[in-house]
Amino acid sequence: MWWRSASFILDRKENDAALKPEILSLSSPPSATQSSMADTFQNPNTKISAYYQTRAAHHGVVTSDWLAQAQAAVAQKSDDTAIPGNEVRVSVPGKPFSVIDEFNNWRKQPDLAEAVAAIRALAAVIRSSEATTMMELEIELKKASDSLKSWDTTSISLTAGCDLFMRYVTRTSALEYEEFSSAKSRLIERAEKFGELSHKARRIIAILSQDFIFDGCTILVHGFSRVVFEVLKMAAQNKKLFRVFCTEGRPDRTGLRLSNELAKLDVPVKLLIDSAVAYTMDEVDMVFVGADGVVESGGIINMMGTYQIALVAHSINKPVYVAAESYKFARLYPLDQKDMAPALRPIDFGVPIPSKVEVETSARDYTPPQYLTLLFTDLGVLTPSVVSDELIQLYL
Amino acid sequence: MDTRRAPRTVIDPKVRHVGFFAPPERSHSGPPDPISSSPPLTDVSPSGNSLSPVMIPPPRHSSDNLLMHCRQVPLPLTPASPLRRESVAAGSYNPSEFFPSAMSPTASSYASKMVGDGQFSDGMPSPGRGTRGNFGKVASSFPRGGFDLTAMKASSVPASELTTVSVLNVAPGIPEKGGGSVVDVKKDRAPSSKPLKEKTSKAERRALQEAQRAAKAAAKVEGSKAPASGAVNSVNPKPAKVVKPQQKVDNASVAASEKKGGDRPPEKERKKDVPHPRMQYDDQSRVEKAKRRSVVKQMEARNRVELFRHLPQYEHGTQLPDLEAKFFQLDPMHPAVYKVGLQYLSGDISGGNARCIAMLQAFQEAIRDYSSPPEKTLVRDLTAKISSYVSFLIECRPLSISMGNAIRFLKNRIAKLPLTLSELEAKASLQSDIDRFISEKIILATNVIIKHAVTKIRDGDVLLTYGSSSAVEMILLHAHELGIQFRVIVVDSRPKLEGQRLLRRLVGKGLNCTYTHINAVSYIMHEVSRVFLGASSVLSNGTVYSRVGTACVAMVAHAFRVQVLVCCEAYKFHERVQLDSICSNELGDPDVISKIPCREEINYLDGWANSGNLQLLNLIYDATPSDYVSMIITDYGMVPPTSVPVIVREYGREQLWI
Repeated sequence: MWWRSASFILDRKENDAALKPEILSLSSPPSATQSSMADTFQNPNTKISAYYQTRAAHHGVVTSDWLAQAQAAVAQKSDDTAIPGNEVRVSVPGKPFSVIDEFNNWRKQPDLAEAVAAIRALAAVIRSSEATTMMELEIELKKASDSLKSWDTTSISLTAGCDLFMRYVTRTSALEYEEFSSAKSRLIERAEKFGELSHKARRIIAILSQDFIFDGCTILVHGFSRVVFEVLKMAAQNKKLFRVFCTEGRPDRTGLRLSNELAKLDVPVKLLIDSAVAYTMDEVDMVFVGADGVVESGGIINMMGTYQIALVAHSINKPVYVAAESYKFARLYPLDQKDMAPALRPIDFGVPIPSKVEVETSARDYTPPQYLTLLFTDLGVLTPSVVSDELIQLYL
Repeated sequence: MDTRRAPRTVIDPKVRHVGFFAPPERSHSGPPDPISSSPPLTDVSPSGNSLSPVMIPPPRHSSDNLLMHCRQVPLPLTPASPLRRESVAAGSYNPSEFFPSAMSPTASSYASKMVGDGQFSDGMPSPGRGTRGNFGKVASSFPRGGFDLTAMKASSVPASELTTVSVLNVAPGIPEKGGGSVVDVKKDRAPSSKPLKEKTSKAERRALQEAQRAAKAAAKVEGSKAPASGAVNSVNPKPAKVVKPQQKVDNASVAASEKKGGDRPPEKERKKDVPHPRMQYDDQSRVEKAKRRSVVKQMEARNRVELFRHLPQYEHGTQLPDLEAKFFQLDPMHPAVYKVGLQYLSGDISGGNARCIAMLQAFQEAIRDYSSPPEKTLVRDLTAKISSYVSFLIECRPLSISMGNAIRFLKNRIAKLPLTLSELEAKASLQSDIDRFISEKIILATNVIIKHAVTKIRDGDVLLTYGSSSAVEMILLHAHELGIQFRVIVVDSRPKLEGQRLLRRLVGKGLNCTYTHINAVSYIMHEVSRVFLGASSVLSNGTVYSRVGTACVAMVAHAFRVQVLVCCEAYKFHERVQLDSICSNELGDPDVISKIPCREEINYLDGWANSGNLQLLNLIYDATPSDYVSMIITDYGMVPPTSVPVIVREYGREQLWI
C-alpha cells in the first residue's frame, strides 16, 4: 500500500547512489510494478494518491509508518530482491520513450509544479516524436496526455496542465499555417515558457496579495503551499510586521516544515495542532491557504482540514484567502465531499491500529465557494464566482 | 488587474493567458481577430481557422458535422398521410412524448448518429421502438396538402408568376413611393454605429416593429373582410410609410449586416404598439388596441387579481370552440400555425421544449407553403408573416422565453438571407436552419445535459424531482440504463399533476419511485441526496424561472443542505434579470384551483368565482433565486448559476448566427 511512495523516495536517493542495502531491497516490489507500468501506462496502485506521495517526498517526510512498512517489506520480500530499481532506469533508453518516466523525472524537482512537470514531459514527447504531420503529432500528444492523466487521476493540476497544453496544441490555429518543423519548435518553446510562467505566477500572486497583509495582522496558514510561502516571504521582505499561525498539518506535518521555513525568515510563528483552529480563530485576522485545484464552482480542493478551517473562519467572519496559480483551475464540479476521485494517503497514528478499526485516509477535502473570500491568482484577485467565468472562456 | 478586466467584452489576449500565450512577436499577423473587429461578415464556421493564435475558439463539437449533415437533408418532411387527417383536432397530441413533433425520422436518426456512441440515443424516442412509435403519427398529423393548400394556392397562383421577377424588382420599385423619407431614415442611421452590446435589443426592437406591421396587416384583412388574397394585397394600398422601414431594414441587412443597429422607428410609429411579448395588460389603451386586431376573442376575467393586473387574465375555455370553428375559414393564419395555437390554448402541448419544437415545425411548414406575393420580397414579407403568426400564438398562450429565443433566431436567419438566393433556395435554407436549431440547440443539447448529469448520480442516491421535466426524465432513464442503483421521489402538485405522467413512465421502465405531493416535501427532503429540476428559463442573474412550486422545493432542499441541480438547455437562457415572479408570469385558469373534478361534495367554491371579494390566483411560473441552486447543467457543461451571464454573453450571439 505504501509502495509507490517508497519507490519514489528511493528513486530519488538512488541518484545519490548512496543506498543502504536493506532499503534497496525494499524497492523491489514497487520497481517491478513500475516497469510494467511503463508498458501499460497504468498506475497499478490506484489506492494511493501519487500526488500526495510526491508532495511528501518533496517535503522529505519519512514517517514512522513508512519505516514500519519498509521493515515489513524487507522481511517479506527479501527473496524478491532480484529486480532492483536500477533495472528500470537502465531499461528506459532501450525501450520506447515513456511520458510517465519523463514526468516522474521532472517532478522530482521540488520546486517544479506538477502541471509544469506534465507539460515538460509532453514537450519531451514532441521532441522525441517522429511524426511528420501536425495531425500525427496531435494524436501522439493526446495519447501521452491521456496516459499521464490516467496514471495519476488524483492530481488535479496534472490533469489541468495536460488539458491546457492540449488545448493550446489543438486550438492554436496559427500552427496550421506554419510548416511542421517550425510549428513543432514553437510548441516546445511554449512548453519551456510554461515553466517560467509557473514561477512568475507565484511572484504575481505574492505581489497582488501584499495589499491584503497589513502591519500587525495575524495570519493562519494551513499546510505547506509554495504559493503561500512565497506570499509570506515577500511580505517579510517588505518589512511587514505580521504573525503567522501554522497548523501542524497532520498526517504529513507539512505545517512543521512551513514553520521552519518561516522561522528562518525571522517571522514570528506559532504552531498549532490541527484541532486548535477554532480555539485560536478569534486572534486571527485572515486565513491563507493554497489549493491543489480550483474547481468550476469557485471552491477549492485542498489538503484535508481546509474545509473545517474555512467553516470556522466563516462563522467568525474572518476572511479566507486562497492563493492558487491559474493552471490549477480545473473543469471539475464537485457537489459535496464525496463527489471527487478519492485521493488516499495512509496515516501514521504512531500506534498500531486494530484491523477492525476503519481509518479515513482521504487526503483532501472540498471547500465550497461560499466559505472563501477571495482567490489570489496570476489573473488577478478574483471572487470565487469568476473562476467559472475564466474556465468557460478557457475551455469552451 | 484592471487592465485585464476592462477589455473583456472584446478580446483581450491576456484573458487567455492562463497557462499559454503565444509570444507576441510571433503571433502570426495573418489571422485577424474575429471578435475584436465586430461580428464577422462572412459566415465563419465556429471552428474556423481565422482565429488568433491566442484565442481559444468554441469547442469543435459536432456542429460542423451537423451542418454538413443538415445540408444533405434539407427538407426532412414526413410524408403527408391523408388518412391521419382526422387527428388534426386539438386532442391529437399524444402526451407521452417529450417532443411531440420533433420526431421526424431525420431528426431522431440524426440525434443518435451525432451522439456517436449511440448510448444516449436510447433516451430519445426512435421511430423503430414499439412503445414510442406513435410520434410519426403526431408529426404527420399536422395538416398539410389537402384543404388548406387549395385555398392558399388559389390565391397565390396568379402571383406566383411574378414572384421571381419581383424579388429583384421590388427593391428599386418601392422607394419611388416615398424616396424622401427613406433618405431621412438612412441619414438617421448613418451616425449611429452602435456598440455591439445593444445589438440584441435592437433586434428585438426590430422584431417589435415587424410585429406592428404584421398586426396592421392582419387588422386590415379583418376590417375589409377581404378573401384570402386580402392578406397578400392588403399591404399594398397602405401608405408608403409602412413599407419604407422594411425596405430600409432590408438594405441594412444586405449592405452591412452588423450595422443593422441603427433603424429607429419614428416615435409615432412605435407608439402603435403591438403585442409586445410582455405587454402590460393594465394599460387600458394598449389592451384595447391589441384586442381590436386579435384573432382569438378573449374575454377578460371579471375578478382580476390586483397585483397581477399587468398580466393577461382571461376567461378560460370560452375561445376554443370559436376558434375551432374558424379553422376552415380562409384566414391569414397558416393551418399548421393555427393548429399549434389551438394546441397551446387547450393545453395539449405544454413543456418548454415541446412547445418550442411544435412552433418551429409549424413555422417550417408555413415557410414551405409560403410564396412571396408580387411586388414584395421574401425577406420582408416573410418576416411580417412570421410576426403575425407569433402574435397569434401569443394570443393563444403567452410565449415562453425559449420560444422567444427561437423566434429571434428564425427572424435573424430570414433577415440574413442573401438576396441572390432564389425563393426556393431561400425557403429550403430556412427550413434546414430550423431543423438545425431543433436538433442542435434542443435535442443534442439535451443529450449533452444527460451525459453531464449522469456523472452526478451515484449508487444509493435518492433523487427528488418536481413536476415533469423532459430533461430530468431522460437523465433518470439513462442513469437507470447505465445500471446505477438509485431511487426517485417524484413530487407533484395540483392542479396539473404533471408528475403522474412522469411517474408512469419511470415506473414503466422499472425505476424505484416514490410519489408525493408538494405539501410533504419538507418531510421527504431529509432522505434526499440530490434534487434535479427542469427549468423554463434561466435568467442572467441565475434566477431559475420554472413551474410554480419549484422555488418551494429548491428552498426546502437548500434548508436541508441538499444539492439542487437545474437542467436547462442554453437556448433557454435569457439576459433579462428578474427578482420576483410577479412582474413577469403567466396566469392559468383560476377555475382549476377552485374546483376539484369528480368531487362535487367538496367543491365549496361553486358559484363563488364571480363574487366580488374573491380573487383566484393560479400562477404558472415562479422564480427560484440563485442562492438555492447549486449547479446548472447546460449544454456548455456544468456551471454555477453565477456563470449564466457569461454563457449568455459568449454564446448568445452565436445562437443568432448559428
